[in-house]
Amino acid sequence: MNAHVPHQTLVTPEKPRALASGQFKVTARDVDVYYGEKQAIKKLSIDIPDRAVSAFIGPSGCGKSTFLRCINRMNDTIPTCKVTGLIDVDKHDIYDPKIDVVQLRAKVGMVFQKPNPFPKSIFENVAYGPRIHGLAAGKTELDEIVEKSLRKAGLWEEVKDRLAQPGTGLSGGQQQRLCIARAIAVNPEVILMDEPCSALDPIATARIEELIDELRQNYCIVIVTHSMQQAARVSQLTAFFHLGTLVEYGDTDEMFTAPQEKRTQDYITGRFG
Amino acid sequence: MFLWTVLLIVLMSAIAYVAGRSRAAGLVVADGPRLHSLPSYHGLLVAAGAMLGGLALAILSALVLGTQSVVTPAAAVIGAAIAAVPLYSRSAADFRARNAFERVVLVVLVACSAVAVLTTIGIVFSVLFETMIFFRSVSPIEFLFGSHWSPTGTPASFGLIPLLVGTLLITVIAIAVAGPLGLLSAIYMAEYASPRLRNVLKPVLEILAGIPTVVLGFFAALTVAPLIRRTGEAIGLDVASESALAAGLVMGMMIVPLISSLSDDIINAVPQSLRDGSYAMGATKSETIKRVVLPAALPGIVSAFMLAISRAVGETMIVVMAAGLAANLSINPLDAVTTITVQIATLLVGDQEFDSPKTLSAFALGFVLFFFTLALNYIALRIVQKYREQYD
Ligand SMILES: Nc1ncnc2c1ncn2[C@@H]1O[C@H](COP(=O)(O)OP(=O)(O)OP(=O)(O)O)[C@@H](O)[C@H]1O
Ligand SMILES: [Mg+2]
Repeated sequence: MNAHVPHQTLVTPEKPRALASGQFKVTARDVDVYYGEKQAIKKLSIDIPDRAVSAFIGPSGCGKSTFLRCINRMNDTIPTCKVTGLIDVDKHDIYDPKIDVVQLRAKVGMVFQKPNPFPKSIFENVAYGPRIHGLAAGKTELDEIVEKSLRKAGLWEEVKDRLAQPGTGLSGGQQQRLCIARAIAVNPEVILMDEPCSALDPIATARIEELIDELRQNYCIVIVTHSMQQAARVSQLTAFFHLGTLVEYGDTDEMFTAPQEKRTQDYITGRFG
Repeated sequence: MFLWTVLLIVLMSAIAYVAGRSRAAGLVVADGPRLHSLPSYHGLLVAAGAMLGGLALAILSALVLGTQSVVTPAAAVIGAAIAAVPLYSRSAADFRARNAFERVVLVVLVACSAVAVLTTIGIVFSVLFETMIFFRSVSPIEFLFGSHWSPTGTPASFGLIPLLVGTLLITVIAIAVAGPLGLLSAIYMAEYASPRLRNVLKPVLEILAGIPTVVLGFFAALTVAPLIRRTGEAIGLDVASESALAAGLVMGMMIVPLISSLSDDIINAVPQSLRDGSYAMGATKSETIKRVVLPAALPGIVSAFMLAISRAVGETMIVVMAAGLAANLSINPLDAVTTITVQIATLLVGDQEFDSPKTLSAFALGFVLFFFTLALNYIALRIVQKYREQYD
């Protein structure tokens, strides 16, 4: 590495014009992530606002998924992975030993690249979270939560007559919306999405993008994507990652029209990546 | 003669290979047509012909003239030559030796599986046949529903029920021991143990599977049974010196590795993405295992249990030593009972007339046993089919 210190646009609450609330939901300071000896994230700092969509873009292997998985501590499931630095959600250090990881993950939901519905019925897939967290007092309440979540995920009309059928029997796009419904059933505040559309056709992708846009009203959403168009369409903020560092983070429109860094410009215009 | 025959067939095949290969290689000329198949395929095809032809004629001669006949090795050579020469002379640039060899491979594979299947069918029919003869002297009703088993008594009685109940009792005890132990240790190994610990634990458990059942049997008879008897007496229970409990416990220990090893593989085959999905919802590890991993692994676990039950039902040695020979009709685990397999073994030990009902009853018992395991396998298969493809 050369001595070049990556320039970072730390977003200020006023900065992205798209933001209404001006609240930061997730903040990270000097985060390093190692897989064994190998460092995957270097000195990363970022402020992610509430009620907005932030897109993570960057070439393959630059650490987007790794950082995303730090935010709900899914990296805990990888024995070799070590995270240092500070990550706060709602001003609480989530790597504090006193924190309850289970509670954190209920608050910070995740949707994976490949749809991974459980081998259970559609209903049971969505009811899974509410059941384990005891969110529903009775059957009727559980029914309501399931319906509400499926409606929010835009899947209700398609599956309301076959809730008892296995979730794995749905099409890829429907499965992914089921996974989103499953994630929002536990009332998370942050939703992390790792390339949620990469296994989907353009129509299903458009459905999910619409959905993300609606969810933005109530949630803090972070989405990893390889599609510049998608980042431009759904996000208000964009973060560009390169070789484990955050190169640039700011208003999506500005980033795509006038990036401050040459590397960002090269990536966006397709000159490397 | 046998050795000679084998050696000659191998020799003929080797010669055929070299000859076929070099003839094909000789076909290559500059600017000429390309060989369809590589020379080695021509060689392999001729060699396969030699081997199959030699085997066929040698077996035929052995069947007609007896295995000791000097004609057999000669027949092998002649058969190999008859089969190989036409193949040898057929080789030409456009001869598709590669595809032809593929068919030879198919035929060999089909023949091998046919031998296995036909042998099984043969065994079943011979057992069925002897069972029919047995039913000439003892009525099937009496056999299937009789509650008294005493093949050497006067008059002899052949009631299956005590043996069936004894078999079931011991099997139930064994599964009650091995099921939870095996499954829970599999869960521990697959989900909780560090890779290093797992690499130690798994082989250790598999050593347990490798202990000969005779050894387990005398362990049951000399260590476990007296222990149970003493413990029982200490708390005022009446325990037979050979008890179903002792046999069942030790048999359970025998099948723990079977269940744990199979279940461990099955649990490992559940995709990590399902676990991730559950953890990301804020589920704990044990919730994830209970609600996602085990349901997804259920079909495999069920078939592991079915296999274990088949093993337990078919096990003889431990029961002979630890549970005894007394055909008591009892479901008390502290009594001495006997099983179908034990009775088969004792019926056929020693001098026999092969047409007495006593001896023939062993075949009837064998048939029941066979039917029992067949039914279990069928159930396992159905369960697996019903739940298969739940995850991909
Ligand atoms: N489980 C792991 N063990 C070891 N190294 C890993 C692991 N997961 C990721 N890495 C490494 O960390 C680096 C960052 O990986 P990461 O998955 O975060 O990239 P990414 O930006 O999401 O890439 P992509 O766009 O291809 O998904 C890569 O060099 C990768 O090889
Ligand atoms: Mg990734």
